[in-house]
Amino acid sequence: MNGRLSILREFWSFLRVRKKWWLAPIVVLLLTLGLLLIVTEGSALAPFIYSLF
Amino acid sequence: MNILGLSAFYHDSAASLVRDGIIVAAAQEERFTRKKHDAGFPRHAIDYCLREGGISESKGLDLVAFYEKPFLKCDRLLSTYMACAPLGLRSFLKAVPIWMKQKIWIKDIIRRELKFEGTLIFPEHHESHAASAFFPSPFEDAAIVTIDGVGEWTTTSIGRGEGNRVELLEDLRFPHSLGLLYSAFTYHLGFRVNSGEYKVMGLAPYGEPIYRDLILTELIDLKDDGSFRLNLRYFDFMAGLTMTNREFDRLVGGPPRKPEAALTQRHMDLARSIQAVTEEVMLRMARHAHALTGSRHLCLAGGVALNCVGNGRILREGPFEKIWIQPAAGDAGGALGAALLGWHHYQNQPRKISGEEDSQRGSLLGPAYDAAEFLRTAAIPHLELAESELMARVATLLEEGKVIGWFQGRMEFGPRALGNRSILGDARSPEMQATLNLKIKYRESFRPFAPSVLRERLEDCFELKEASPYMLLVAPVKESLRLSQTVIPSEVEGPRGATGDAPDFMTRLKTPRSTLPAITHVDYSARVQTVAAEDNPRFHQLLREFEKTTGCPVLVNTSFNVRGEPPVCTPEDAFRCFMRTEMDYLVLGNFLLDKTKQNSRSGGFPTAENKTAIWKSPLLGEEYRKLDRSPCALRRFGLTLGSALLLLGSLLFWRHHRGAALLFAFPGGFLLILAGVAPLLLKWIHGPWMILSLALGWVMSRILLTIAFFLIVTPIGLLQRLFGKRPLEIAFRTGANSYWQARTARPVPADYEKQF
Repeated sequence: MNGRLSILREFWSFLRVRKKWWLAPIVVLLLTLGLLLIVTEGSALAPFIYSLF
Repeated sequence: MNILGLSAFYHDSAASLVRDGIIVAAAQEERFTRKKHDAGFPRHAIDYCLREGGISESKGLDLVAFYEKPFLKCDRLLSTYMACAPLGLRSFLKAVPIWMKQKIWIKDIIRRELKFEGTLIFPEHHESHAASAFFPSPFEDAAIVTIDGVGEWTTTSIGRGEGNRVELLEDLRFPHSLGLLYSAFTYHLGFRVNSGEYKVMGLAPYGEPIYRDLILTELIDLKDDGSFRLNLRYFDFMAGLTMTNREFDRLVGGPPRKPEAALTQRHMDLARSIQAVTEEVMLRMARHAHALTGSRHLCLAGGVALNCVGNGRILREGPFEKIWIQPAAGDAGGALGAALLGWHHYQNQPRKISGEEDSQRGSLLGPAYDAAEFLRTAAIPHLELAESELMARVATLLEEGKVIGWFQGRMEFGPRALGNRSILGDARSPEMQATLNLKIKYRESFRPFAPSVLRERLEDCFELKEASPYMLLVAPVKESLRLSQTVIPSEVEGPRGATGDAPDFMTRLKTPRSTLPAITHVDYSARVQTVAAEDNPRFHQLLREFEKTTGCPVLVNTSFNVRGEPPVCTPEDAFRCFMRTEMDYLVLGNFLLDKTKQNSRSGGFPTAENKTAIWKSPLLGEEYRKLDRSPCALRRFGLTLGSALLLLGSLLFWRHHRGAALLFAFPGGFLLILAGVAPLLLKWIHGPWMILSLALGWVMSRILLTIAFFLIVTPIGLLQRLFGKRPLEIAFRTGANSYWQARTARPVPADYEKQF
């Protein structure tokens, strides 16, 4: 998990350094959704979590 | 210092190992998994590289280099969608889930897969290509040109190599790409993008360049210095799932050809026209690179550098004295370039050049195998011969018109067979091209074959002076060997689908054009490989023996595979391919296998299809196959799901829904008991439940992404356009002299550690 959080931090740094702020909303959404899919993939609880949406 | 280079997750995944600047090993993942252009994490290729380097685990690695910067690629992808929105939803739904689940987490995936805690670096895609072209070359300084579909943003770059430095000076950026333009025609001609480009090049000499001017006036705005922009009105690759659109079809006078459909004269003319334009662009770029750098040498890489007809023209007509092309010019070579950048740029280590020799080691960088054990355990009839006896016997068999599978030493790195995983035949035989295409390779009859020629006899056979050890130059067959055109009858029929081909297509195909008809294309050209004793002594010895027997220093050399499969890697792969085709003999090291002496056609080995046919579904198959089904995982599944159901039951009981509570609590308890007593029985519940889980995940992610596309991507994209901000430079600049963009920033070591 630490590795993934460090990637999130690095992506934030990318947006900041390159001034790509208009990318931020979609990137935040995609990264969050991606994390959710990764965490739930292969988990027996995935159908319960997906039903929350 | 050991540096592992990786390329993965697009196509042609590969790994390479560089030790103290020396290339130790390099291989493509497809050769091990038998999945053509395998894009997965190159687990097998890495294992091989570590084995070759005597490294037992990844702790022995000092540095890992990935061949591109993932964040910049993601930036380009999202910027493209914003530029096209509200169009592009289908492409967005196809591409973005892979990024969310895999590509954006590449750094984490590499660390976990390798259990590697050390430094990871991320050079740029085209810098990796440039490094793969310059560092192994024999030049102290050179101009560098890299051309492919697209990397992060760059599609083409011009650079300079000097000593231990590679510097990119100018580039062209997405969506303006020569590789994508060529792929658009590949798609329109009914061949597969990213692998059928060779076929377009092979088809071109049958046509006339009648669409050349149309392409130059309508499809691209080409400047004198080789820079250009595409007219995106005709292409669909930005927002759609195809390369070209209806406007393109209208322009070129017809819809895309269906795969396997007949090839008409129009198709051949289109192939010839795009090939002519590509050569023109490559030549202009080469001249510009020469003007920019002043060097006498040129290094080439990137997928378009596999266009050996274009390379040949640069050598003959361009301003450079010598050129060197990375044999693994496609993305696989990026793994090698990234590792070399790790050594020369990140570690700032010097580069040593040894005279005229390059340091690619003949591109024989893959694994070697001892066939003896395989032959013994599989009880395969064979004959073991002393080396001199083997060479004489094989030369005689070739003279008799037999087709030989030739498996020796280390596997080649790059798409070309260079004499270690080759199928060989007699180039003098008028039937050999059709026989090889239809009975051995099972591929289109028009596709030409390449010659391997003794280096010392090169100029007797071809209009070429420079060595071409990696089969990346096309040159004309020597005038004195050419024949006046007479048609000879042939008993070999055309392939399925050839019946509707252009009327004189088969006639032209079967007309011998030289005394080496099997390797002479319709325009008298040949894709030459020169074989020197110092590069590949064994293959050189065979050619010498064949020359002694026949007086001819040339053999047909094609990669050891059938259509749709990667070239063979192991003796087992070679034997399987041998038995599935009408090849006559197989040579594994010093062992000679005669087809007529083999017991059965299959040899008792599963075909590649059988090996992978487990459970196939286009949507969820990969994820389903990857699921952990060990007893431990099944127990964990039972405990998790059982506990969740019990918890739900308890909640319902607490809220006085006793009937419903029992519906959850009983299965929950049952699962917990099974998890404790007989976890293996849980596999019957685990399978369907996980399919439901994966299907729900697939549907939910698409719904959420569709919402995101219309509520976030589209409004931001429209607002950007409203305020005049253009994420992509699209319009033609008719008044400008050039589209090259200067690159000012030179990366310092800290930049390589960043993914952007």
